[in-house]
Formats: sequence, structure tokens, C-alpha cells
Amino acid sequence: MSALFLHVVERDFLAYKRMWLVFLSGFAEPVFFLLSIGVGVGELVGDVHVGGETVSYQAFVAPALLAVSAMNGAVFDTTFNFFFKYKYSKSFDAMLATPLGPTDVAMGELTWALLRGTIYSTAFFALLLAFGLVASPWAVLAVPVAMLIGFAFAGAGMAATTWMRSFVDFDYVGIVLIPLFLFSATFFPISEYPTGLQIVVRCTPLYQGVALERSLILGDVSWALLGHACYLAVMGVVGLWVAGRRLGRLLQP
Amino acid sequence: MSETPLIDARGLVKRFGDFTAVDHLDVQVQPGEAFGFLGPNGAGKTSTMRMIACVSQRDGGALSVLGMDPATEGSAIRARLGVVPQDDTLDLELTVRDNVLIYGRYFGLSRAETRRRADELLEFVQLTDRRDDRVDALSGGMRRRLTIARSLVNQPELVLLDEPTTGLDPQARHLVWERLYRLKRSGATLVLTTHYMDEAEQLCDRLVIMDGGRIVAEGSPRALIDRHSTRDVVELRFADEHAQHAALARLEQVGERREVLPDRVLVYTADGDADVERLTSDGPHPESLLVRRSTLEDVFLTLTGRSLEE
Ligand SMILES: Nc1ncnc2c1ncn2[C@@H]1O[C@H](COP(=O)(O)OP(=O)(O)OP(=O)(O)O)[C@@H](O)[C@H]1O
Ligand SMILES: [Mg+2]
Repeated sequence: MSALFLHVVERDFLAYKRMWLVFLSGFAEPVFFLLSIGVGVGELVGDVHVGGETVSYQAFVAPALLAVSAMNGAVFDTTFNFFFKYKYSKSFDAMLATPLGPTDVAMGELTWALLRGTIYSTAFFALLLAFGLVASPWAVLAVPVAMLIGFAFAGAGMAATTWMRSFVDFDYVGIVLIPLFLFSATFFPISEYPTGLQIVVRCTPLYQGVALERSLILGDVSWALLGHACYLAVMGVVGLWVAGRRLGRLLQP
Repeated sequence: MSETPLIDARGLVKRFGDFTAVDHLDVQVQPGEAFGFLGPNGAGKTSTMRMIACVSQRDGGALSVLGMDPATEGSAIRARLGVVPQDDTLDLELTVRDNVLIYGRYFGLSRAETRRRADELLEFVQLTDRRDDRVDALSGGMRRRLTIARSLVNQPELVLLDEPTTGLDPQARHLVWERLYRLKRSGATLVLTTHYMDEAEQLCDRLVIMDGGRIVAEGSPRALIDRHSTRDVVELRFADEHAQHAALARLEQVGERREVLPDRVLVYTADGDADVERLTSDGPHPESLLVRRSTLEDVFLTLTGRSLEE
């Protein structure tokens, strides 16, 4: 493997050069959520207690939304967009006729998804700063962690996509994402969940991201965060490995 | 032929499930040669080309391309190949020029160098005035030309062309032939498949005819004609079936071999003009009569049959 995969990223830049509107849309979603849920629901709910501190509901939800948006962006890029590319557009077939191999293609597409995600995360983080929702200097790690979340979900999304047969199968993506979105301690502290559900939630991937972002942005840092980070890193690496292998078999019968 | 072959396939096998698409193929291509794969639809030409291009794993036998094994050194081999696949794999989200540019980048070429080559190649396939159009706006033949241009961006030593001129108009086809001659003169090795016998005769030093995943004949176009056909062919058309049927007995007495088709009779013979003279003096009265030289097409049809298989 070599730096050749960067040319896959270059290809995506060329293709998106003319589609910057698509780019902007990725930013709108978390902002809408922050405004509607953070501000609207926050009025009704009042303050929340986390790690011995009391914070506004908006400050509580904002880090989770950063994690959610990193997940959604990565999944969208590596499922819908990736599926279209490998099934209908011939761009991957063209790449594989050159020195590039399947793993280069998978790495390139993943890097692209991460780059895009990082731009969104940075913009969203700037918004949190502007709203005064960032409480701790540890928050400098918020964007890198968003990249890690993006990496984990991009790897998993890409691997899952190699099993999809048509766009109908993408309903399953929603079936997985929506519960993750709702039940990853996104909107309530995990202590509010029933004990059984707590155990399940602690094992799910988005929870790791939410816990990381919330601790860093609110300044409630502990060694446990390394565990969450490892979980995400392993998930991304395994996903990428599986995707690279399966892509080779699918595209080179 | 003492040089080490550029492509060396021995007992090469490709299977799709239970079906054997390439069945113990033996082929050697020497450096500087223009080599052709001919064969009816489904003969296994594309399957073979894809294994040589290192985009498809072989299921048996030995294969070496540019002295390397595609199973382990695919990337290094592909770096020195130019590939025109049977179905265009152009990037529909990019413009004409960007297609060539990014393809050059996949080979690790510098931006400046790729730009220079892209402009030159677009000029050659006469797409310079379409360079900023998106690929979906091109006609089928223009796309084919773009695919050919793109395949040359890395200045390949070995060019694999799977039906390169299918869908091209005569002008474009001659343009491509001319470019391929030039490539060959500069030392490149060409391997192509085609359904156009004139293209094979024009371009190939040597070719194989495949059928059902196996080679049924091999040699230069001239040698194949000499070996598998006669010098001349007389084609006779009759007013109706009865006339044709009535004439057959007489036709038995001329030429080396006859082929009776629904609409005409072919007489394969060493000297067509002499036979025609003998026939017209006393013989049947065909509606039309044509004497021509044997072509590769006659060889092809003789060896692979006239009916569509399957
Ligand atoms: N991916 C595949 N899966 C299953 N069968 C395949 C696949 N690719 C090719 N085949 C089969 O292998 C056989 C050889 O196909 P191939 O494409 O090599 O033929 P070809 O000689 O190139 O024909 P054509 O002149 O039509 O291009 C065909 O019977 C085809 O159906
Ligand atoms: Mg073919």
C-alpha cells in the first residue's frame, strides 16, 4: 500500500468542485437540531446534572449532536454515495485498472468521507463556541474525536455496503441509525435509562462518541475515555479491512 | 522467438461457478508483437484479457505478464499497462479532460506532466473542443475515443484493447488504427480482441481464434487463410431454392469444398476464375456470381460455425 490512495481523494475533489451546494447541506442538519431540540426542548427540560455539575440542557445536548453529525456524515458518504459509486458509476473499475488496489480505493473513499466530516465538525464546533456552549480546554480534542467517530462509522458503513444488493437495502441503515441516534445518551444522561438498557447502550458505538464529546466539551475527563476511543479505532480499522477485502472480490470477478 | 514472452499463459483457467469460461489456454505474446484474440460471443476473450490486465484472478494454470505474476504483483504490472476495457469505465461525474487528468494521477504522474499528455491525447482523438463537457454528454463513439486516449496516458509498454473500435465511425477507426501502428512502431506490444476481421488482418501479426474457452487456431492472418481456407471463394445466388438445389450436383464437380447456405452457395477453390469459366460454359445459371479472395472471415466462420451458439 502506498500514498496512491490520495489520488482517490483527489478524484472526489474534482467531482465535488461543481457540487458545493451538496457540501453545504451537510452542515445544516446538526444546526437545525441544536436550535430546535437544544433551544426548544431545553426551555421545557431545564438544567441537567452531569458528573457533579449542573449544565443547561443545550450545553448537555450540543456535544452529543456533534457526535451524531460525525456519524451521520460518515455513514451517508460510505453507504449511499459509496454504493452508487461501486454499483452504478464505473469510477472504481477505472481505478482498479491502474496501480491502485481495492484497499487504496477503500482508504481513499474513507479519507474523503473524513475530510468532509471534519469540515462540518469544525464549523459546528465553531458554532458551539459562539453560543458559549464549550466549558473546558479539553474541547480542543472535540474535532479530532469527531474525526475518530467518523472513521469508525465510515469503516463500518463501507463494510456493510459491500453486502447491499440494491438501494432497498438502505432501509436497514435507517433501522440501525435511528435507535443509535435516540438511545446513545444523546438526549438524557445514561443514568436515566433502565439498568438493562444501560448495559446495552454502553456497548453501542455512538454512545462511545457521545460520551467522549460530552466529557471533553464539558470538562469531565477520566481514563475511561481511552476505552471509548479504542472501541472506535478498532471499529474503523476492522471495517476498512473487511471493506477492502470484499471490494476486491466484488469488483474483480 | 527466443525472447522471453511478455505474456506467458500456460493452462490458464477461469471459472464462474461451475462454468468454465477459459479452458486451459496456452498463449505467448512476444515483445513488440500485435496479437489478436478472435472468437464468437462468449468465447472467453474478455475473461482472458481481464486476467492479463490483473483485474480478475485466475482459477488455474500459470500466467506471467511483463515477467511478473498477476496474483502477487498486480499493481506493478498494471502500472505499465494501458487498458481499453470492453465496456467504457469513464467517470461520468467528471469532465472529458478531468477523466484523462485523474487517470494519469492514478499512475502517480505529476500534475504538469499529466496535463501535457492529456492535452496531446485529447488532440489525437479529436475531442479537444469537448474537453470541458461532462462525459454523459458525449456520443458512444466519442466515449470510446476518450477511453482509448485515457489508456495511453501512462505511456504503456503493453496495451490491452478489448474491442477498441466497436461503435466507432470509419474515420475514427482509421485514426485509431494509425495511432496503434505508431505505438507499435515505438516498441509497444498490442493485444486486442475484435469482431472485425478486417481490423484483425490490418493490425495483428499473429492471432488466435477462440471458441468455448479454447484455442481452435493460431497463426498470422495470412497463414490462417492458407491453412484453413482456399485461395478463392465463388459465391453463387440462385432465383429460388429449386434452382439452387438443381445446381448442387454440378457444383459438386468444381472447387475443393462447398458450403450451402439458405440464400447462396459458396464454392471454396484454388482458382475461382477457372471454375467460373467451367461453370458458365455448361452449367447452372445463377442469378448472380461473385469471385473473391478468401478472407479471415471465411476462416473464422469455417472454424467456429455459422450458427449462433446457445
Ligand atoms: N462475471 C461473470 N459471471 C458469470 N459468468 C461470466 C462472467 N463474465 C463472463 N462470464 C461468462 O463467461 C463466458 C465468456 O465471457 P467473455 O466475456 O469472456 O466472452 P467474450 O469472448 O469476451 O465475448 P464477447 O465477444 O461477447 O465480448 C460467457 O459465457 C459469459 O457468460
Ligand atoms: Mg468480450
